[in-house]
Amino acid sequence: MREGSGEGLSANAAPFNLPSPDPSRQREGREIEMHIRPEPAERHTLAVIVDNEPGILARIAGLFTARGYNIESLTVSEITHDKAVSRITIVTSASPPVMEQIMAQLDRLVPVHKVVDLTVEGEHVERELALVKVAGVGEKRIEAMRLAEVYRGRVVDATTSSFVFEVTGSFQKIDKFVELMGEVGLVEVARTGIVAIARGRDAA
Amino acid sequence: MTEQSGADILVEALCDLGVEIVFGYPGGAVLPIYDALFRSGRIKHILVRHEQAATHAAEGYARSTGRPGVVLVTSGPGATNAVTGITDALLDSIPMVVITGQVPTALIGTDAFQEADTVGITRHCTKHNYLVKDPAKLGAVIHEAFHIATSGRPGPVVVDIPKDVQVATAKYVRPGPIQHKTYRPQVKADPKAIETVVDMLAAAERPVLYTGGGIINAGPAASQLLRELVRLTGAPVTSTLMGLGAYPASGPLWLGMLGMHGTYEANMAMNEADLVIAVGSRFDDRVTGRLDAFSPNSRKVHIDIDRSSVNKNVRVDLAVIADAGHALEDMVRVWKSRQHPRPDLGDWMRRIEGWRAVRCLDFPEVGPDIMPQRAVRALWEATHARDPIITTEVGQHQMWAAQHFGFELPNKWLTSGGLGTMGYGLPAAIGAQLGNPNALVIDIAGEASIQMNIQELATAGQYRLPVKVFILNNEYMGMVRQWQELTYSSRYAESYSESLPDFVKLAEAYGWKGIRIETRDQLDAGIADMLAYDGPVMVDCRVSKLTNCFPMIPSGAAHTDMILQANEVSGEMDDEAKALV
Repeated sequence: MREGSGEGLSANAAPFNLPSPDPSRQREGREIEMHIRPEPAERHTLAVIVDNEPGILARIAGLFTARGYNIESLTVSEITHDKAVSRITIVTSASPPVMEQIMAQLDRLVPVHKVVDLTVEGEHVERELALVKVAGVGEKRIEAMRLAEVYRGRVVDATTSSFVFEVTGSFQKIDKFVELMGEVGLVEVARTGIVAIARGRDAA
Repeated sequence: MTEQSGADILVEALCDLGVEIVFGYPGGAVLPIYDALFRSGRIKHILVRHEQAATHAAEGYARSTGRPGVVLVTSGPGATNAVTGITDALLDSIPMVVITGQVPTALIGTDAFQEADTVGITRHCTKHNYLVKDPAKLGAVIHEAFHIATSGRPGPVVVDIPKDVQVATAKYVRPGPIQHKTYRPQVKADPKAIETVVDMLAAAERPVLYTGGGIINAGPAASQLLRELVRLTGAPVTSTLMGLGAYPASGPLWLGMLGMHGTYEANMAMNEADLVIAVGSRFDDRVTGRLDAFSPNSRKVHIDIDRSSVNKNVRVDLAVIADAGHALEDMVRVWKSRQHPRPDLGDWMRRIEGWRAVRCLDFPEVGPDIMPQRAVRALWEATHARDPIITTEVGQHQMWAAQHFGFELPNKWLTSGGLGTMGYGLPAAIGAQLGNPNALVIDIAGEASIQMNIQELATAGQYRLPVKVFILNNEYMGMVRQWQELTYSSRYAESYSESLPDFVKLAEAYGWKGIRIETRDQLDAGIADMLAYDGPVMVDCRVSKLTNCFPMIPSGAAHTDMILQANEVSGEMDDEAKALV
C-alpha cells in the first residue's frame, strides 16, 4: 500500500450521495503555477510610547519581522528626565487591515504605554537629520557648497578637500539633497531616521 | 529583615504565590535554586526526563486545574529544549511561568558553557520575559510574571536568572496587589456593546455561538454561563478544538466541533447563519477554511479579551473586548432584564436537523479490523461516567478523539491546538494527573507522536502516576499520509512508521503494564483491563491502517466543500492548494 495506489480506501465508500468538493481544486496531473501576490500598502507614521526596559527595541523590531510587517524607518530615544520612558517613531507601509493589526499587536506588548497612528490622527510634522560627507576640489567643491546653501545645510566639518553638511527636513528633501550630492563628490551619508509629532497643542 | 539569597527569594515568592508543584530538570546554572528547593521542602518538584516535557506537563497541569504551570530548567540546552512547550502555551493561551537559569552576569555574552540568549530566543514565543540582574528585584519580577501569565489572555512568561543573582543576597518584600504601569487588560465589556449583542441575538433567525478556548480559560463558571445563555436563547453551539467541554456534547443544541475536521452540521450552520457570535475563539485558519467563503451571510460579533484577535483573519461587525466569563455573565443578565422570550428558531433547527441526519461521523466497519473511531467510542463508553481527563498527541488520533469522545465538562480535554505539537499528550497527562490525583487521565495517542516524548514513561513511574496511554497504532504518521493521499497522489514520502518498538515490552521495561489489542472482539476487554489496573498502562491498539479522518475541509476550501468520505477525493491538488498548510 505504501506505493500509494489509493486502493484500500474503497472500504470507506460512502453509503450516501453528498455535495462533493470543488473539482477545480483537484487537477489530476496538471501543473498550475502559483505566484506570490503583493498587497497594496500605504505609508503610516506611528508613535509608540514605551517603558524604557532592556530589550524593548528588539521586542518591537522583532514583532515587525515575526509578523511580516515592513519597517521603513525606526527611531528611538528617551523622552523623560528619569529616562524611564522612550518614544519610538516607526514608519511602516501596510494595507488598512494589516495596519489595524500592527496597532493592536504593538498595543498588546507588556511595556507599551500607548500607540498612536500619526497619519490617521490628524496633521503632523516629520523631520529627519542627515550628515552628508562630500569630497572634491575646484568647481565641484563650490557647487556642493552652493547646493548646501539652497537646502539650508550647515557645514559641521571641513577640510581643504571635503565637507560634512548637516541637513534637516522631510525625508524627501534629504533624499533629493543626497541625490544631488552624488554628482558633486558624495562620500557617505548618515541619517537619523524619521521623528514625528502631531501638530497643535495636544499630545498625541 | 535579613537578606537572603536570590534562590531563597525565588522559592519564597513561589510559595507566596501558592505554587505547589514545579516541573523541572536540574543543571549547572540552577543548582542554587535546586538547593533552595531542597532546603525549603515546601514545593514538590517533578523531575521530568526532558525539558520539553516539563513545559507540556505544566500545560497539562494548568489546563486541568486552572492554576498556572511552573517550570524550572537550566541555562542553554535546558532553556532551548523548553522553547517548543513555551510556544505551545503561547498559541493555546496557557498560563505558565518558566524559570530558566542563566550563566553568571559577568559571563553573559562570552559564549560561556551552556550559555544561550534565552530572553532573545523566547522574546517572541512568550507573552513577556525578563532577565533579572539584581536579586533585590527578583521577588517583584516573580510576582509580576505570575500576574501577566494568568491575567488577560493567559500565556507563558519566562524569567531568566543568572547564577550569581541566585547566590547574591537581598531583602525580599512581598508585594501588594499589582498595579502594572502599562499592562491593564480589559476584562469588563462596554455595556453598550453587550446590549447590542443581546439585541442582535434576540433578533437573529439563524444564530450560532462559535465558542473557543477562551471560555475554558475564563474558568468553570464561564462554561456554566454559556449553558445558561444557550438555555435562554436557544442558539445552537459549535466549538473550536480548544473549547470542547464548555458546552456538553450531550446537550440538545450541540453541533459538534467546527472547522477542518468539524461536523457537517457545524460547518453548514456556520455557512448559513445570519448571526455568528464568537466567544473566546480566534477565527483560526483551521476553523474558517477559505476566508472569502466563510460564513458569507452572517453578521459577526467577536467577544475576546485580546484586541489583536479582532479583525485579524475575519472582519467582524461588532467587537466586544472582555473576558469571556464576564461577557457571558453580562449577556445573561441583560437578556433576562430585557425579558426577551426564547426566540422561535424552529425553521433553523429543522435545517440543522437535516444536516445532522447526514450522520457525518458515521464510519463503515468491515471485518475484524478496529476502526480508530470505534476505539475512541469504546473508550468513551467505558470511561465517560468517570469524567476522565483526556489528553492527546497530534494527528489523526487527535481529531478522532475530538470528534468521537463526548466532553461534558471544561478542563477535561487537553490538546495541542495552535502549535500542533506531537509529543504533547504524555507529559500533559502527567501534569494533569498531578493536579488531579483522583482523576482518570488518558492520553489518546498515535504510535508516531508518542515516541516524541516516550522517555516520560519513567516520570510517571517515578511518581506512581496511574496515567493511561491508549495508542491508536496504524503504523503511519496518519495525518501526513492522509494529506499525501489527498494532495500528492498517495506518494507516501516518509510517513510510514518504520521500526516501531514493541509497545507492550517497552511499557514493561519502564515498569508500566502493557496491553495489546488487535481485533475488534478484544477491544472492550482490553479497555477493561487497562481501567482495572491500578497503575500506569500503555495500550497498543492496532487499528485499521489506511483509514482517513473525515469529514475534512481541504486547506483553503470553503465550509461547503467538505469531504465526507474517502471516495470523494483522490489525486493531485494544484499549487495554490499545495502551498496552504
